[in-house]
Amino acid sequence: MKKLLLTFTVAALANGAEAGDWPGFRGPLGNGVSDEVGLPVALDAKKHIAWRIDLPGRGLSSPLVVGDRVFVTASGGTRQDRLQILCLNAADGSVIWQRQFWATGSTVCHDKTSIAAPTPVTDGRRLFALFSSNDLFCLDLDGNLQWLRGLTVDYPNARNSLGMASSLVLAGGVLVAQVENDSESFTAGVSKRSGANLWKIARPKSSNWTTATVQKTKSGAEWVLLQSGRGIHAVNPKNGEVAWHYADGAATIPSSALAGGVLYVPSHGVTALELAADGKSFRQRWRSSRLRPDTASLLVHRDRVYSLNSAGVLGCGDAASGQRLWQLRLDGPFGGSPVVVDNHLYAFNEEGMAQVVDLSAPEGRIAGEMDLGEMILSSPAISNGAIYVRSNQRIWKISHKTQL
Amino acid sequence: MKHTSLFAVSAALGLAWTASLGQAADDEFDESVAVLRAVGGEGQGNEAAGQVLQRLAKGGVDTLPALLAAMDGANPFAANYLRGAVEVIAGNALAKGGSLPLVGLGEFLLNKSHDTKPRALAFELIRRVDAKAAEQLIPGLLGDPSVDLRREAVARLLGQAEGSAKSGNKPAAVLLYRQALDAARDLDQIQAVSGALRELGRKVNLTRHFGFLVEWQMAGPFHNKDRAGFEAVFGPEKKPDLSATYDGLNGKVKWQPYSTGDEYGMVDFNKPYGDLKEVTGYAQTEFVSGSDRPAELRLGCKNAWKIWLNGELVFGRDEYHRGMRIDQYELPVQLRKGGNTILVKACQNEQVEDWTVQWQFQLRVCDATGTAIHSAEKKNPEVAAQ
Repeated sequence: MKKLLLTFTVAALANGAEAGDWPGFRGPLGNGVSDEVGLPVALDAKKHIAWRIDLPGRGLSSPLVVGDRVFVTASGGTRQDRLQILCLNAADGSVIWQRQFWATGSTVCHDKTSIAAPTPVTDGRRLFALFSSNDLFCLDLDGNLQWLRGLTVDYPNARNSLGMASSLVLAGGVLVAQVENDSESFTAGVSKRSGANLWKIARPKSSNWTTATVQKTKSGAEWVLLQSGRGIHAVNPKNGEVAWHYADGAATIPSSALAGGVLYVPSHGVTALELAADGKSFRQRWRSSRLRPDTASLLVHRDRVYSLNSAGVLGCGDAASGQRLWQLRLDGPFGGSPVVVDNHLYAFNEEGMAQVVDLSAPEGRIAGEMDLGEMILSSPAISNGAIYVRSNQRIWKISHKTQL
Repeated sequence: MKHTSLFAVSAALGLAWTASLGQAADDEFDESVAVLRAVGGEGQGNEAAGQVLQRLAKGGVDTLPALLAAMDGANPFAANYLRGAVEVIAGNALAKGGSLPLVGLGEFLLNKSHDTKPRALAFELIRRVDAKAAEQLIPGLLGDPSVDLRREAVARLLGQAEGSAKSGNKPAAVLLYRQALDAARDLDQIQAVSGALRELGRKVNLTRHFGFLVEWQMAGPFHNKDRAGFEAVFGPEKKPDLSATYDGLNGKVKWQPYSTGDEYGMVDFNKPYGDLKEVTGYAQTEFVSGSDRPAELRLGCKNAWKIWLNGELVFGRDEYHRGMRIDQYELPVQLRKGGNTILVKACQNEQVEDWTVQWQFQLRVCDATGTAIHSAEKKNPEVAAQ
């Protein structure tokens, strides 16, 4: 398959991800954009489902891909207290290894979500997996446990009866875990080597399911942009100190997207914050109430910002001004965030209907559809010419390859 | 020296050397386990644990029963580390087409002096290797201290009962369902069994099965303006005397009896006080225990709450309207022989959506398996305590 070997940013490679890998929530840059080309567009289940594998538990975390291995988490058992981490062979979906641990924190959550809600992250050598029970595991890529934490054992009121969902991020060589909730709310910088806290800061006492964005400056410094109902806090991942605070509020479900030095925040519709080159300040560039993300996170691609609203309408705005350019009604609702590949947007609705939107068409055009027939609440992973998406029961590989 | 003597000496030295090696391996195993069991909160001991875990994970399948036994009394971190070693050893062996020590695992499973989690893990390992052997073990798990293991036996009984019901053998079905209900601890199984029994015309007392506390004294309302009531110390916290009078939100407040007829023991503050907002209420009851014993208070509540047992704060949580379910919070406590006072504080917040009306909780007393502990007869506590 033709694959354009665009160079990833130096910063992304510095994080351990190799070109073609999908190392965390919404990909190598955390914004849902892939540099792959040539993925199937006019989807056809007979031609494009390379494999489909049953999973041992529920989950809405995204799969990760490192080289020829796919990693996915799940939660099984009557009380969802069996935390599963699986490594699959990307070629045929066969299980390379599978590990199971006991949940040490709360496994109470809303029926729609699950304990395997946060997406893991990898630095290319180790896998870091967090669950809604606030159990945190570090394994090498061969499945050997390196260390673990039970954050609800450590901090007993750190829990959410609806479930936790913020995904892990890596910044400045530090693992950042957002454990934000109505009671014992915090974010911690955790040592990748030992799992010990490097820092721990109090966060707004309010439920929050968003995932942080990481700004990488030209000098190599990195900033963690924590989103919450109180807005955006830019945090130094080395010590947890706050550099700046955008205080005008933000959504607590869809996450921001960073592109070209601008952070597009689900705040009063969408608010664009231009970040200083050194990451130490910001200025508001524009605000648009006509782009209204619901559950799915924002996307920014080729000077366009995209949002999916509660009615399943895809809105496209000018990334420079916020002006809405067009709208396209999709078949929603959407619980998982879409991704953009080769100027095509791939969105899976909650009924499992994959929809491919050609973003090069003047007002967008649905160029492909495929019904997977199961509730999908996760965001897909893109790697080496394939789409990996999971439901509560299964994971699919969608590609031109039909080797099975 | 004669050859026979030389042989005897050599053999003795060899045995001693082998024994020495075995002893060294045992010592290393014990030392590694000790490192894992020493892991504490906030990642303390993680680095050392990670190193010894790699060593333990290289052990043979014959170490599995010992690794499971090492989980007895271990803290949750250590138990998961040890599970990590078990997973690697078992996974590698099975991937290479090997087997697991079924007898050792089975004997571990059948020894109920071991902790419930490693016993349930032993059962899972047995099932991975020999589903038939696992199936044969299931009938003996009906009253097991492990909820996961007894679930297997209850599921089997449910299947048998359904078969009897379908074939028209109602008496057999009822008796099988009764056995299943007696053993069931998971809500879904309890509801399935009770539904089937009711369809067969039999009565089921779920309130008693779960052990929900239904007789209470209530005091309120007090304020919860700006959610400050959670931290505020109102009269009932200072003096939970049933004859006391307190300054409440709208004047003097006294304890008043409240009895819930809800099958799942819902204690609803809205019933005596109306659908109020930004308020705090208290409920207290006396639970008579037949002995000094460990127990669990299991609470479901979607309001902010605190619980005291005999004047000692057990736990509190300031979360509002994020959902509620039976056994949402499992709170280990120590009951004392005789009367135990349970005081519950529940705060309602300012939200006005229709899903924020509830100002309520449900509470039961049970053991670690979820088996109800019932309050002894209050009228004659001396007798009840026998």
